[in-house]
Amino acid sequence: MAVKTIKVDYLARVEGEGGLKVVIRDGGVASAELKIFEPPRFFEAFLRGRAFSEAPDIVARICGICPVAYQMSAVQAIEDALAVDVGAPLRALRRLLYCGEWIESHTLHVYMLHAPDFLGYEGAVEMARDHGDAVRRGLALKKAGNAIISLLGGREIHPINVRVGGFYRTPRRRELQPLAEELKAARDAALETVQWAARFDFPDRERDYEFVALRHETDYPFYEGRIVSTSGLNIAPAEYDAHFEETQVEHSTALHAHMKNGGAYLVGPLARYNLNFDRLSRLAKDAAREAGLGPVCANPYRSIIVRAVEVLYACDEALRLIDAYEEPERPFVDVTARAGVGYGATEAPRGLLYHRYEITTDGMIKDARIVPPTSQNQPSIEEDLRRFIGGWLELPEADLRHRCEQTVRNHDPCISCATHFLRLEVEHAS
Amino acid sequence: MRKRRPKLAVWKFASCDGCQLSLLDCEDELLAVANALEIAQFAEATRASVKGPYDLSLVEGSITTAHDAERIREIRRNSHFLVAIGACATAGGIQALRNFADVGEYLSIVYARPDYISTLATSTALSEHVAVDFELRGCPINKHQLLEVVSAFLAGRRPIVPAHSVCIECKLGGNVCVMAAHGTPCLGPVTHAGCGALCPAYDRGCYGCYGPMETPNAPALSAWLQGLGWNADTLKCVYRTFNANAPAFRDESERHDGAP
Repeated sequence: MAVKTIKVDYLARVEGEGGLKVVIRDGGVASAELKIFEPPRFFEAFLRGRAFSEAPDIVARICGICPVAYQMSAVQAIEDALAVDVGAPLRALRRLLYCGEWIESHTLHVYMLHAPDFLGYEGAVEMARDHGDAVRRGLALKKAGNAIISLLGGREIHPINVRVGGFYRTPRRRELQPLAEELKAARDAALETVQWAARFDFPDRERDYEFVALRHETDYPFYEGRIVSTSGLNIAPAEYDAHFEETQVEHSTALHAHMKNGGAYLVGPLARYNLNFDRLSRLAKDAAREAGLGPVCANPYRSIIVRAVEVLYACDEALRLIDAYEEPERPFVDVTARAGVGYGATEAPRGLLYHRYEITTDGMIKDARIVPPTSQNQPSIEEDLRRFIGGWLELPEADLRHRCEQTVRNHDPCISCATHFLRLEVEHAS
Repeated sequence: MRKRRPKLAVWKFASCDGCQLSLLDCEDELLAVANALEIAQFAEATRASVKGPYDLSLVEGSITTAHDAERIREIRRNSHFLVAIGACATAGGIQALRNFADVGEYLSIVYARPDYISTLATSTALSEHVAVDFELRGCPINKHQLLEVVSAFLAGRRPIVPAHSVCIECKLGGNVCVMAAHGTPCLGPVTHAGCGALCPAYDRGCYGCYGPMETPNAPALSAWLQGLGWNADTLKCVYRTFNANAPAFRDESERHDGAP
């Protein structure tokens, strides 16, 4: 009996630490596990007993790559509990801040984490030796996203300007103008990014995902909307717990989410794109079509193009928001503590991010629940491995291992959000 | 012949990834850094993995498992110069809130099967486990200070990273004092500089994410904050955030724990 084991101690170019184990028996994939052993950090536990006003600063620390997403879902949920409506101008400003995070986070993934898989490099720095212009374009684009977050949030990582009720300080119109100039150049770079990524070679792999994403009356969703799915789910964020559940598995310190009717599902760029193509700007739609994407894309390897399309959309949308910006009368609306339960759902770059808070009469957090996108995607990532790598089992070990890693990276897992550690073991058993 | 480039390694322990991301956020300088140093180990950025010893190790995150306590000793053995980056690595991070609570209870709040989870009862700074050559503060660190640390290493000099308070940064930046002018409670007088006094520049009080400055007088500040309306419970919480286990903040939060 020949047993072959391929092992990588630390999966690179993902956020956080983890591994995976694939067992191959009789020429087929017998099982695939995404292993996450990141030491837990217990955010939901230590939010208890803290003032609601502290939540935006605390939950930001869940993830250094998408802190804005955590802040946005938190303020939305807490404002829901406290029956506060911040009004259209402040909502627009939050949406602008979110544009910055999408540009920064997606560009990081497209250029630095994912593209090296397609072009055959260990990382972006190595890739820069042969593709210097592309890497520099990516860095400039990422910088434009960070410029939005720095201006509105104070700094790129763990912004300090977000509060329940709005912002501490809102910008003057003239402060946004230099940003608009940078974003016009970024929009061109984003369009080139779509065209660049579209020229990569993509494995011919598709499957029938159950996509779950927000959907909004008019906007491509990131800050708000109802939760919808491919099979027709259409619920308010408050109904999330009735339709989704999280369970614990032994091989992961991140909980796995399922739909209560039993199925794995997928959140993130593919889900948003497939459920909201009609909400993209004309420029983004045209670029997607020219890149060979229809309104539906079920090949996760092509998610790099979808991310690029979303970056293009975010640049476009940020410019629209800056153009329409009216300085709010006050940077925040007043908030009064009262007992209640509130729900928030926004679209983090990696997908749906659900928060629920229970607040006491004196404004303390009694209970918090946070479901990050990567928790929700773990079962689908494992299913991708089971379904997709079958055709590659005859490849040399290093190539097969690389295909496995690429298959995981398709979904930009943020293990820091979900918790961490990825160890790759491919076991050949016959 | 070109001189051998020093080997740079970037390591991660319990953390949010934000401090190592700061290096990738140096969009204008990243390729120059990669030119001056050989990136030998940086899992978030590259699959390449070059064996040690490493000339410069940047370490993010706190120690929360027995395995990680062993891993940091191994990294220390393999590193000529080891720099702790960020509040997790220099003070245990926000996850050090467990140090004030019962971890078993935390586990059962988050996990249905706590027996699957291996964790220490505490989250601690790297310096409690190994010798650290330099500590760069902040949650997150300031990327310009990170570049200063790397440049200083390359030039063979000490990094210029002031240890005075955020108050000095406000004065240097021309900010109006939010506490004096608006009565807004602010931790600036006891907090380590480095952020550029961001919060006061955005009309809010500093919340101490860079941890204690070199000679803080927290009890004196607390008396002022009480005068501005903060009670003992609030005071306990404000010192107990991202640098909760830094001694000056830990002691001050404990002074208000259970106080009337």
